[in-house]
Amino acid sequence: MMTLSKETLTIQREPDVIYFRNKAKEYAVKIGMSMVGQTKLITAASELVRNMLRYANGGEAVLEIVIRNNIKGVRLTFADKGPGIKDVKQAMQDGFSTGRSLGLGLPGAKRLSNEFDIKSEVGKGTTVTIIRWKNGL
Amino acid sequence: MDKIPILKMGEFLLVTIQVDLYDRLALALENDLINMVSKTEARGVLIDISAVSIVDSFMGRILGNIASMSKIMDAETVVVGMQPAVAITLVELGLTLTGVHTALDVEKGMELLRNKIGYLPKEEEDLYDDII
Repeated sequence: MMTLSKETLTIQREPDVIYFRNKAKEYAVKIGMSMVGQTKLITAASELVRNMLRYANGGEAVLEIVIRNNIKGVRLTFADKGPGIKDVKQAMQDGFSTGRSLGLGLPGAKRLSNEFDIKSEVGKGTTVTIIRWKNGL
Repeated sequence: MDKIPILKMGEFLLVTIQVDLYDRLALALENDLINMVSKTEARGVLIDISAVSIVDSFMGRILGNIASMSKIMDAETVVVGMQPAVAITLVELGLTLTGVHTALDVEKGMELLRNKIGYLPKEEEDLYDDII
């Protein structure tokens, strides 16, 4: 996998979420992703950025256009230095939340992505990476 | 701070969301709407989301909250104009919008609201009086 272009944004306040969503959409449009694909990507991004703001007071979001086997995709990475997640398996279950949300954020974002990766260490932070390919279902 | 306008149309309240909502704006709308339902004694709330490009779990929860709160205050809520891509994404996300009525457009939404509350326009009521 190769990265064609890359941009890093700092997420600190709620309006940053909107700006980031617009940027993600821009990237998706640039590689010719379908409307449904774009919407899934941006919705997943919205869930993950919100998590970062709510549980870690913000962090960094990286946007990339990547290419693998001649197919382009958008990769988004969300890295925070928050409290980390004690039990990642539990956090990935539908309906589980330590906040007062619906608990759909992480599992929902995974369903909306073609590739999903989460790494978390208690006391150090959490990094979530998602990819949606141009031709992804 | 930005604000989403709420219009009163007879017994109904009409909200057209034209911008992408961030969380605080959505919470403010929830609050304003419930206050308006109480103040105007509205029987229905119609929310047009045809210009909204994404509905995530937070926004979905707000729509659900508005519907349940309105219900308690004797008003029905209809969400209209959802884009197909948004609907597909919502289902995959796992959000079913329980308790929220939906319609394809504002006109159908109004019709649904009228049916829900058993509303008859004034003239028609008079007509029935004559027949009886």
